Amino acid sequence: MILSRRSIILSGITVATAGALPHFAYAAAGTPKRLVFIIQRGAADGLATVAPTGDPAFAAARRAMADETMGGAKLDAMFTLHPAMAATAGLYTGKQAHFAHAVATAYRDRSHFDGQNMLEGGGARPYGRDTGWVGRLLTLLPAAERDAIAIAPAVPLALRGTVQVGTYAPSRLPQADADLIARLTALYQDDPLLHPLWDSAVKTQELASDIGGNNGRNGADLGKLAASLMLPEDGARVMMVETGGWDTHSGQRGRLAAQLRGLDQLVGALQTGLGSAWNDTLIIVATEFGRTVEVNGTGGTDHGTASTAMLLGGGLAAGGKVSADWPGLGAAARYEGRDLKPTRSLESVIAGAVAHHYALDPKRVMTTLYPDAYSRIAHVGAWSLAFSRPR
Amino acid sequence: MATLYLAANRFGLGRRFDDPAIDDPKDWLTRQIGDYDPAPPALAGLAGREAIATAYAEYRDERQAMRREAAAMPMTEEEKGMDPELRRLLRSAIRRHYVDASAARLSAAVATSTPFPERLVHFWANHFAVSADKQTVVGFAGHYENDAIRPHIMGKFSDLLMGAVHHPAMLLYLDQAQSFGPASPFATRVRNRGKGKAPGLNENLAREILELHTLGVRTGYTQTDVTAFAKALTGLTVAGLGRGAGQRLMPADARPGETVFIGPLHEPGAQTILGKRYDDAGARQAEAVLRDLAVHPATAKHIAAKLARHFTGDVPPAALVDRLSADFLKTGGDLPSLYRTLIASPEPWAATPVMFKSPWDWTVSMLRALKVPAFGERQNIAAIFTQLGQPVWRPGSPAGYDDKVATWAGSAALMQRVELASRIAGRIGDRADARQLAPLVLADALTPETRQAIARADSPGQGIAILFASPAFLRR
Repeated sequence: MILSRRSIILSGITVATAGALPHFAYAAAGTPKRLVFIIQRGAADGLATVAPTGDPAFAAARRAMADETMGGAKLDAMFTLHPAMAATAGLYTGKQAHFAHAVATAYRDRSHFDGQNMLEGGGARPYGRDTGWVGRLLTLLPAAERDAIAIAPAVPLALRGTVQVGTYAPSRLPQADADLIARLTALYQDDPLLHPLWDSAVKTQELASDIGGNNGRNGADLGKLAASLMLPEDGARVMMVETGGWDTHSGQRGRLAAQLRGLDQLVGALQTGLGSAWNDTLIIVATEFGRTVEVNGTGGTDHGTASTAMLLGGGLAAGGKVSADWPGLGAAARYEGRDLKPTRSLESVIAGAVAHHYALDPKRVMTTLYPDAYSRIAHVGAWSLAFSRPR
Repeated sequence: MATLYLAANRFGLGRRFDDPAIDDPKDWLTRQIGDYDPAPPALAGLAGREAIATAYAEYRDERQAMRREAAAMPMTEEEKGMDPELRRLLRSAIRRHYVDASAARLSAAVATSTPFPERLVHFWANHFAVSADKQTVVGFAGHYENDAIRPHIMGKFSDLLMGAVHHPAMLLYLDQAQSFGPASPFATRVRNRGKGKAPGLNENLAREILELHTLGVRTGYTQTDVTAFAKALTGLTVAGLGRGAGQRLMPADARPGETVFIGPLHEPGAQTILGKRYDDAGARQAEAVLRDLAVHPATAKHIAAKLARHFTGDVPPAALVDRLSADFLKTGGDLPSLYRTLIASPEPWAATPVMFKSPWDWTVSMLRALKVPAFGERQNIAAIFTQLGQPVWRPGSPAGYDDKVATWAGSAALMQRVELASRIAGRIGDRADARQLAPLVLADALTPETRQAIARADSPGQGIAILFASPAFLRR
């Protein structure tokens, strides 16, 4: 089922008609709400994660890779979930997963650096904000729900703000991730000294740090760690988990499957580890932008625009749904002729989900998390207008 | 390789993020010779020799007490399964002096606006190497570089030699502090009393001065020369450390950690070394030998070759070695003159061969490139270099660290660098932009491949890691 924009609004995901929604107070004290933001660094391919298999242009555009999602869970008449995401498929059946498709931040270029900066900072232009949307969200939460932590060596931009945030990273020197190793392999290819040295170094290295490594078990380990940090009475209530390895310019089929398996096991381990607290947990999975509709010459996809965001948890407003104002994949429907066109703002998806989760006033959430976007949109009158496609 | 990159990395320690652009590399390097500050601010506040010597004495005297104390203290993960002796050392004050001095050394290298002389400090400290795997040296190693090496790198080679040989770290490391003239009044007295073995000669320092510091190995000196030189050196020792009989002979006003000459320990009479007879009395005898060694033609050649290798590669061009050697002889070992000859010579500016940065050089250049701190405040700096395979002031031998590509270009070592770059990049995240940094730090050595790899990185952090692991940045 493709949700119309009207039904999306009713689901509480956008804030366009905030006045029509029940009037929210600020977050009630004492509710043990938990929030996890999983960032997919490197531009995850939303078209392969939640594949629009019902779009007539899909198979032709993806050519040999069109069957990437074969065997995956049918989400509705249009979308199929990647088969590596078995646990997530289970959540979807139980109305604990929601996918927002054809979404993008306000960023319209294709640099990872700038795109991630906007996704995390929530500004209207790259490097426009030196605090992040999660960091600003903390100021709206009661003290008991403000304990935030990042599983990272330093506080990522998304979590920066006026509230002190912790970080946690396993103490041993982390191994270089598989993606970095692959890039350096290419860079050292023609270097007579480095090439043989690197070759032998890589052979002896077990590529273990990516979530996709070790047949997804690395993702499960990360999920277990995250749950153990969030479960205790005095544990963290807000968390950011960083994942890399999504930049699948080549060999996407195997790499993306491994990545998604790792992500799926991460989510599964979080659900298991949190026990009954899962019912009060919201997981937001988002990436800086999507990937091209067409497959490139190396079995991969290049930097695109819109992608998919995931909302997972025990108390979703619209679980078991894929929401999309689907633009279509035909050449004319694409953004700049090549990318999935963004028809909704990722910012509004995030703000809507957060407002629902914490029972906060959506407008207040929007102005706090995305002050630039809100002020810009305010002139238009209705937030969602800016992202509606001409009919 | 390219001129600007070579100036900044082969001669310097890598471009700092806030360094102005270099327009005339040779002029930039020459000016640093005059601007050199032997006591940079980063080193202020480190312990003096008395505090270090006292810490060592306490460490040694209180081992029993410390052993009991250590047993009661909770152990860190790292300490478990460690040799108890090493664990005790790690917790001692001398270890703290070492860790503090290592961190200060790194700060000075990262902050300096005269990176060429700073590199020379590291070069000379490695030439006159002491190694902190000897417990007596651990606390003194940093003080040695700062007190015996730094003040002399812009003087004559003989000043540098004199400073190095007379510092407690060297006297302790190469056993000079326990070397006594066999016919000295002190040894004679002990022998006559017939109690125990009479203290004797230790040739270690004499041999290494000839072999490593001055003439070079197999340059014609004999065992007889070594023994005679060792005798000439007797009497030199360090106050406040020993518990042996010799301590009673210490001058009353000697402070712990002070280098002292004790006449009754010195071998009386003239010594003949390399065919020359030295009649000088007392401490002046060894000084006269050192001054002659410092200007010996073999020393000129040895130093010229080592300096040339550091700035050209594994096999230094003969023409450069000859030019430096001739300069050394002409000026009586004037070090700034050598540096100027080096800058003016074409060989160090040649495109090949290219050297591989040591872990020290690589880390320093990385930190200089970054505006934001790459390490946390509590990061043990010494531990990083141990992990990278080049522990600070601990080459393990008086020969110092080898200065060749193969010494540092290993496969596990390369992976370790990539991992460290990756960890630092993780900390830095988006607070540095590798796309802007690359043209700055790699300058004319930035290749299209590296530029593209950085631009295509999947995150700002990955871009930083690629920059620091790039083929050009790994080299100098």
